[in-house]
Amino acid sequence: MKRLLVLGAGTAGTMAVNKLRPLLPGDEWQITVVDSKPEHHYQPGYLFIPFGTYQPAEVVKPSAPLLTDGVELLIGDVDVVEAADSLVRLTDGTELPYDQLIIATGTHPRRDQTEGLDSDEYGRTIHDFYTLEGATALAGVLADWPGGRLVMNIAEMPIKCPVAPLEFMFLADSFFTDRGMRDKVELVYVTPLDGAFTKPVAAKHLGTMLATRDIALETDFMVMEVDGDARKIVSYDEREVPYDLLVTVPVNMGADFVERSGLGDELNHVEVDKFTFLSDDHDNIFALGDAANLPTSKAGSVAHFAVDVFIDNFMQHIAGRPMTHRFDGHANCFIESGAGKGLLIDFNYDVEPLPGKYPLPGIGPFSLLKETEANHWGKLMFKWTYWNMLLPGRDLPLPADMTMAGKIREEVPA
Amino acid sequence: MSTTTIANREVHVNDEGFMTEYDEWSEELAPHLAAAIGIAELTDDHWKAIRFLREDFVDQQETATLRRVTKVGGIPTKQLFTLFPKKPAKKMAYVAGLPKPRGCV
Ligand SMILES: Cc1cc2nc3c(=O)[nH]c(=O)nc-3n(C[C@H](O)[C@H](O)[C@H](O)COP(=O)(O)OP(=O)(O)OC[C@H]3O[C@@H](n4cnc5c(N)ncnc54)[C@H](O)[C@@H]3O)c2cc1C
Repeated sequence: MKRLLVLGAGTAGTMAVNKLRPLLPGDEWQITVVDSKPEHHYQPGYLFIPFGTYQPAEVVKPSAPLLTDGVELLIGDVDVVEAADSLVRLTDGTELPYDQLIIATGTHPRRDQTEGLDSDEYGRTIHDFYTLEGATALAGVLADWPGGRLVMNIAEMPIKCPVAPLEFMFLADSFFTDRGMRDKVELVYVTPLDGAFTKPVAAKHLGTMLATRDIALETDFMVMEVDGDARKIVSYDEREVPYDLLVTVPVNMGADFVERSGLGDELNHVEVDKFTFLSDDHDNIFALGDAANLPTSKAGSVAHFAVDVFIDNFMQHIAGRPMTHRFDGHANCFIESGAGKGLLIDFNYDVEPLPGKYPLPGIGPFSLLKETEANHWGKLMFKWTYWNMLLPGRDLPLPADMTMAGKIREEVPA
Repeated sequence: MSTTTIANREVHVNDEGFMTEYDEWSEELAPHLAAAIGIAELTDDHWKAIRFLREDFVDQQETATLRRVTKVGGIPTKQLFTLFPKKPAKKMAYVAGLPKPRGCV
């Protein structure tokens, strides 16, 4: 019996095993998934928790029922991958030999990476919404916050769902407006990038959206420390931004075992081929989802397209044939913009997010880089789609490769 | 893509002025590139960063991020901001004749 071992039962790991189980004969392949926790979180839902739109219980489900029959789930922490021996060791000493390994342990916020972030003020004047606990604590604070200066700070790129901090600001603007207290709140967006977003056309559109909402933008800000007593963040070039309430997106890093196993880059993201996800150094190790060091967004939608491409390749690979499918880096993200509207961006390794239309048989088209109600409903629908279509590995009418159909080329002067 | 003349040498650059051919760069060009972005003198510390970037590019085929220069190259981030003010990642790459670090997406 051969074993496919999957580390991480998050978005990518769950989709991959649910799609592979029916394809791999039960008398030839055992499939084992390891995760440190028995619950699965719908992380895109964290965004809505601080504003009371979602309750914490809505975004958590037990993991086991989400896995197809014939997939074994082990709860434990991965300690190390001993690639030379095709063996994974868990922290409790369990040894798991494998024939093929998929690393899908994601990327996670690390407060310990920024001086002063892991202080007593965390949960009081310092918050994050990239964890369920963080988002829940922030909901408690925002419910009766009297107003003041709310600062959003992104510590370092890349982060998963790079649009989420912008969405947070748009939703905050809408939230305080609805409560009739927008005039008591100053909103400031502080980013290490040189604009509102990574790519020029989207940065221009999103930057304008910040400006029209009176959200201040501080760019090229690499945070060196958070001074929780004086309530200010300080950059490496000694700029200071004071706050009353700080919402941070801490440095995002892959799991520590990736570093211990010698498989990662300096953020512990696994070094793999960007077209096939096969490890640069080991012929039986793949990395899927946020865990991989792909030069595209770290997002559930990307993991979905990537897994689609991966499945066919994996079947070829274990049959000893060359892998013939190449992932194009396709990402497709709805962006909440507040007041019941949203935007959609669609891009890949080569094509940045552009305006135009995104064709979707049956429901679409959706407008790209433009605020519409349909895009907001698209975003909310994503929760149902995630639990009922994506995770079980059902086919969606979304081709894995990006299409140029509907997109309009736009130039932004450098 | 176009060409420009730096220190009497014709080199290929992109529309932001970053050199595009690894082998067209040599150490004599660095002070000229630095001067063009307001760095008057290249000290030993500057050179440490520039040489790390050049060597790392050969292995990685990609310009090192600030975190990589700090973690692998051993130069503290704070110092990089002093050496190459405001936008160290971009400025180091410019002086080292390498592509601008890919915008994270
Ligand atoms: C606030 C927020 C908003 C988002 N919004 C969107 C959105 O609108 N659209 C979108 O497409 N994406 C969004 N995302 C991103 C999306 O949630 C992730 O990209 C996606 O979940 C990645 O899937 P993954 O399987 O790679 O990692 P994850 O789903 O994070 O799974 C990793 C799993 O590995 C486990 N694990 C980690 N380390 C170990 C270890 N050492 N041992 C054992 N198990 C381990 C974890 O417990 C976890 O279950 C958002 C994320 C956040 C935080």
